[in-house]
Amino acid sequence: MKVTAFLTDSTLCIGCKACEVACKEWNEVPADGFAWQGLSYDNTVALGHATWRHVQFVEGNPQPGHGGNSPDLLSWAFLSDVCKHCENAGCLEACPTGSIVRTEFGGVYIQPDVCNGCGYCVVSCPFGVIERSPDDGRAFKCTFCYDRQKAGLHPACATACPTESIKFGEIGELREEAEARVSELKAKGFDDVHVYDPRDSSVGGVHALFITRGDPKTYNLPPRPEVPTVRLGVGWKSAGVAAGLMLAGTLLAFLGGGHKAGGHADGQY
Amino acid sequence: MGNTDTRFSQASGGWPLMREERLQQIRREAQDLGIVQQKGIRPVGAPFLQASAEHGYYGLPVLKGPPWTPEVPAYLFVGGAAGAAAVIGSVAGLLAPSDRQLIRDARWVAALGAVISPALLVSDLGMPSRFLNMLRVFKIHSPMSVGSWTLVAFSSTAAAAAFAHSFRNGGGSLRVVENAAGALSGLFGLGLATYTGVLLGATAIPAWYENVRVLPVHFAASGVGAAVSLLELKGHASNPALNTLGIASALTETLVGASVEANKKPAFAPLKSGRSGWITRIGGLLSGPLPLVLRLIAGSSGSERSVRLRRIAAASTVAGSLLTRQGWVAAGRASAENPSVPLELPARPALAQTT
Repeated sequence: MKVTAFLTDSTLCIGCKACEVACKEWNEVPADGFAWQGLSYDNTVALGHATWRHVQFVEGNPQPGHGGNSPDLLSWAFLSDVCKHCENAGCLEACPTGSIVRTEFGGVYIQPDVCNGCGYCVVSCPFGVIERSPDDGRAFKCTFCYDRQKAGLHPACATACPTESIKFGEIGELREEAEARVSELKAKGFDDVHVYDPRDSSVGGVHALFITRGDPKTYNLPPRPEVPTVRLGVGWKSAGVAAGLMLAGTLLAFLGGGHKAGGHADGQY
Repeated sequence: MGNTDTRFSQASGGWPLMREERLQQIRREAQDLGIVQQKGIRPVGAPFLQASAEHGYYGLPVLKGPPWTPEVPAYLFVGGAAGAAAVIGSVAGLLAPSDRQLIRDARWVAALGAVISPALLVSDLGMPSRFLNMLRVFKIHSPMSVGSWTLVAFSSTAAAAAFAHSFRNGGGSLRVVENAAGALSGLFGLGLATYTGVLLGATAIPAWYENVRVLPVHFAASGVGAAVSLLELKGHASNPALNTLGIASALTETLVGASVEANKKPAFAPLKSGRSGWITRIGGLLSGPLPLVLRLIAGSSGSERSVRLRRIAAASTVAGSLLTRQGWVAAGRASAENPSVPLELPARPALAQTT
């Protein structure tokens, strides 16, 4: 089975939101409300339980010469954000029911008939992707179109994208394609293009690569995401120490129980 | 507004371009001065946050905070107190077997917590009817899974110990059951009172994970304080061992509070400022320095004055322990809303709220 990935290229995105719509239609994702956020023309705001693709609108300084921009007008870059499908996925590790699993395509998938809505995956995602639905009660996020991939199809968003800004394919090939695209762009004079693929972090790489104009932070992509399981060792060690002190303290307090206890420091933690 | 209109029409020819140009002007002004002076067009929340390497994506959150209902912090309190009460019950059974009253009350505090805790957790679930899915698998990598199993083990043993104690009528086989179940509930109680620190610490939330080392000790001390205080309020306010434990708990809480206050890392801000900061601080005061001073003054002479002071300390500790858990969950929520830690943004002056 091929291990697959997305490559989302902000230099090709025109902000049409066909990916958002295609995702909603195929996966029957409910409406996510509408509110003017007043910061840009992006009124989808963020990924969430009912938003599995999110087109970001980044307004930049005027860039005369690129795409026929007038010298007075702001430039615009778009990027369609999505679940990163981490190699070491915080949500998957945290899920106490085993509802969140790794698919044969390398994606991270929530089995909706198992999730009981404990919400622990939400605080374990270093990208703030997964969310508990207040109406339904369960957690939802991008399924990587597991059903379509099973049937040999590409995900709905990649299929609908009119500019091939969202590419879908084998992860190794896409990594090469990303590097090639960046060299091509740099040769054309775009010095601020980056590939976002945090392979050096504890997340160990993602199945949703991005090519961004400017610093990936501009698109809320954290420079060093950490899978929360890296903190388990320290946490459990500390819990062991705490439990030991608790038991020792209680034993000491009762051993010295017959005396006046005001000055005892024995029971300290 | 007449003046503005004249300026508008002088600015450019066509109406649409003129509007675009004017918008541009406003943006530049906002960017340069941090505020738009002209009346009637000042957007709410100026100065504008931008999408940039300094602000992230318009200052919008990267992370999502805990979606939990108030039942979860309430459970953190109840579970902690119940776990510690079970430990006190078993240790008292071992070292102070003559104090039947204390053993009985400690077992019952544990058992009551053992019944209330799962109820609180189940009612927070998005799909309460599927609570048994928690026991579908055991995942050592998931503190939530480890905690669920610990709670089940604790609840059954703590309830068994309390019932065996009530029905044994002075000996027989039920006494063996009580002691065995009591010892086990004490063991699981140690886990129950401490795992919640790992539960919060091993997440992606900066205010929590920066404290992953402190949280288990903090929550254990908070649980011990609450258990001791509940027993004192139940009529054991002259027991010297409980006061020693209470002092140890209050001292630990004071040290934890001081270390949080002293830490200058930006991730600690939600524990010290805003609504979540106030809850955490008041909780810390009520379970740390205040009962510490009261308990040291009171001693454990059993005099009327000592008992009265210890009861005040006990009430303060229980309230403090409950507030502490509320504060930490609220701080997690506030922490998730700030993108500056996960994006490693440069420090910048506080901006007006945009929402």
